[in-house]
Amino acid sequence: MKGAEALLRALEREGVEVIFGHPGGAIMPTYDALYDSPIRHILVRHEQGGVHAATAYARASGKVGVVMATSGPGALNLVTGLADAMMDSTPVVAITGNVPRALIGTDAFQEADVTGVTMPITKHNYLVQDVNEIPRVVKEAFHIASTGRPGPVLIDIPKDVQLEEFTGSFDVPLDLPGYKPTLKGHPKQIEKALDALEKAERPVLMVGGGAQHAHAELLAFAEKTGLPVITTLMGLGAFPGNHPLWLGMPGMHGTVAANRAIHHADVILAIGLRFDDRVTGKVSRFAPHAHTIIHVDIDPAEIGKVVRTHIPIVGDSRLVLKELLKGAKALRLAAWWRQLEEWRTRYPLRYKPKPHLQSQEVIRAFHEATGGHAIVTTGVGQHQMFAAQFFPVTRPRSFLTSGGLGTMGVGLPFAIGAKIARPEELVLDFDGDGSFQMTLQELATVVKYGLDVKVVILNNGYLGMVRQWQDLFHAKRYSEVYLADSNPDFARLAEAYGIKGVKVERKEDLRKGVEAVLNTDGPVVAEFKVYQEEGVFPMIPAGGAAEDMIIEHPAEREEVEA
Amino acid sequence: MRHVISVLVQDHPRVLNRITSLFARRGFNLESLAVGTTHQPGLSRISLVVSGDDRTLEQVEKQLNRLIEVLKVTDHTEPHVERELALVKVHVAGVEERLAVKDIQEAFRARVVDVAQKSLILELTGDSRKVDSFIEALRPYGILEVMRTGAVAMSRGDRVLKVREKKEAV
Ligand SMILES: Cc1ncc(C[n+]2csc(CCOP(=O)(O)OP(=O)(O)O)c2C)c(N)n1
Ligand SMILES: [Mg+2]
Repeated sequence: MKGAEALLRALEREGVEVIFGHPGGAIMPTYDALYDSPIRHILVRHEQGGVHAATAYARASGKVGVVMATSGPGALNLVTGLADAMMDSTPVVAITGNVPRALIGTDAFQEADVTGVTMPITKHNYLVQDVNEIPRVVKEAFHIASTGRPGPVLIDIPKDVQLEEFTGSFDVPLDLPGYKPTLKGHPKQIEKALDALEKAERPVLMVGGGAQHAHAELLAFAEKTGLPVITTLMGLGAFPGNHPLWLGMPGMHGTVAANRAIHHADVILAIGLRFDDRVTGKVSRFAPHAHTIIHVDIDPAEIGKVVRTHIPIVGDSRLVLKELLKGAKALRLAAWWRQLEEWRTRYPLRYKPKPHLQSQEVIRAFHEATGGHAIVTTGVGQHQMFAAQFFPVTRPRSFLTSGGLGTMGVGLPFAIGAKIARPEELVLDFDGDGSFQMTLQELATVVKYGLDVKVVILNNGYLGMVRQWQDLFHAKRYSEVYLADSNPDFARLAEAYGIKGVKVERKEDLRKGVEAVLNTDGPVVAEFKVYQEEGVFPMIPAGGAAEDMIIEHPAEREEVEA
Repeated sequence: MRHVISVLVQDHPRVLNRITSLFARRGFNLESLAVGTTHQPGLSRISLVVSGDDRTLEQVEKQLNRLIEVLKVTDHTEPHVERELALVKVHVAGVEERLAVKDIQEAFRARVVDVAQKSLILELTGDSRKVDSFIEALRPYGILEVMRTGAVAMSRGDRVLKVREKKEAV
């Protein structure tokens, strides 16, 4: 058996069912072995599409996503996706070929120092120097990627190692003396947390992507205590978006209720989130009335990194919530809830209706038509925020977006990965005209595998989010954000791929358009030509605080003191 | 505040790279770094001199612990021994200067390890402040070269840097 075959055996032993990838010279021995392997391979048209698809596969399924690429240019095309998976703590294993060992360091054809380049954007990486190390490296890579705080791990295998005769064993013990994640929260800390919550007058529960797998425990704990729940962009779906205890999303484009709740809270229980600056705004002005912040995270380095933490709990959110639940009591929060309810009813997410078709109403129409029952993916920009605001998902692992890195172009590859992970689900990609064009080559992948994904392009003819900042903070100097003069006809583009194209330009055609998308058996690319000058609100400007929240466009400004 | 941190690592390729890359990326202030093998095969020990406030130092420790090949991290806030070795090549023009430099050498208990017509190499071991003052004392005579190893440290008493309990990591 050659190294390449040993690699595939090792992957099979990890339960890998699907690999997203793109071949090339330095990985050819492995592609040759793949020819006889039961593992399914999804051929993407760009390695970036592959790593994003693997990321979404992982997030939608809870399993490890696997991507494969050749040396040099192939591997370097993974960089953005690895950084994205790292930022959003997603278990991905990337396998890259490299030039033969003897050529490493000689600037050989298609050589790049891939382990060097990816060091800061992977949880760990390996350069395999010995064919018999393959089983150990694969085992460690999957373990590291999927346990503790999940993240991407890259395995770089020189071509001659793939070709060398394997004489080792697959039964290797896992020996990682420097890697022992703490899973169980400290009982004393959990007790302290419960105590603080019991004494709290205005407590809030904030959850992030680290609680997606803890949704059942989270729901039980929230219902038992009656705590108001706020979910970050990565936490959407970890708690049902139609639940009376849910206040929405916090931060830059969060709800008034969520941001005010945090602003006025005396005790904050934060679970599986890392206080990104898009959530906190200016840290020194974040949650100024909170005398106690309880932070539950599996990564000790996140605790105390951004905000002062009074009760740190290192552990797996699910196990910690289980323990919290054991001691949880119904809290008396009637007065607090009266206040929250007032903010919630006074400031619902809304938009000023315009004569044009608007992004928000498109998303809302899809939400109504599907009952919210879909896996949503997005690009990055205004449409992403509108999707977060107007398509409140109710189930975990169903809102797949690029949170930490804000990577334009993830929408379509995420949809592909999600559809492969959960083929029975409706997969809706709410995409931007700008974002979509960053990875649209993956329409070919959609066709190749007959993937029933619905791409909904909210075509505002602009890099809308950048335009919004120029509008608000750069004196309307719209520098290099106009796309409409050169955008393709998206419906015809889809048709060139053999995919059904839909185009909706007028408000009155909205229902019909939505139906055309949802009633099509198979993939659709639908272009909704939306109002070009829309802004996402509410908005807390970068570096601001809840008190600086702008509820509507300054032209109709109604600033709100928190 | 200046801290000396000892790190026990698996001596895999690039492990040093991972540590320096971490410091660069996170903007931690690394004043010196010394690395060497230990009595245990496969394990290396690194001494880092880092400056920063308590919060930064907490992050330094935690971020180091996130590295898979890092087995143990200790910030030496307890009584510890700290040493640095320096080689200083100093210009000595005539007999008078030679004698003056010899006085400094004796006062600091440094050693002469090379003698040439117009220069001497002095070797000094001590904590970093002692090395600093040594260099300052020699400066008027014309220092030609300095090489310092960076501080290495070890806890006093029976405390030992080893992989005892399982470290917290992610
Ligand atoms: C790869 C990448 N490049 C640039 C940006 C900066 N950026 C953030 S939002 C945005 C505009 C996105 O435009 P579009 O996809 O059309 O979405 P819209 O805001 O118009 O809804 C840009 C350029 C980014 N997030 N990612
Ligand atoms: Mg746009």
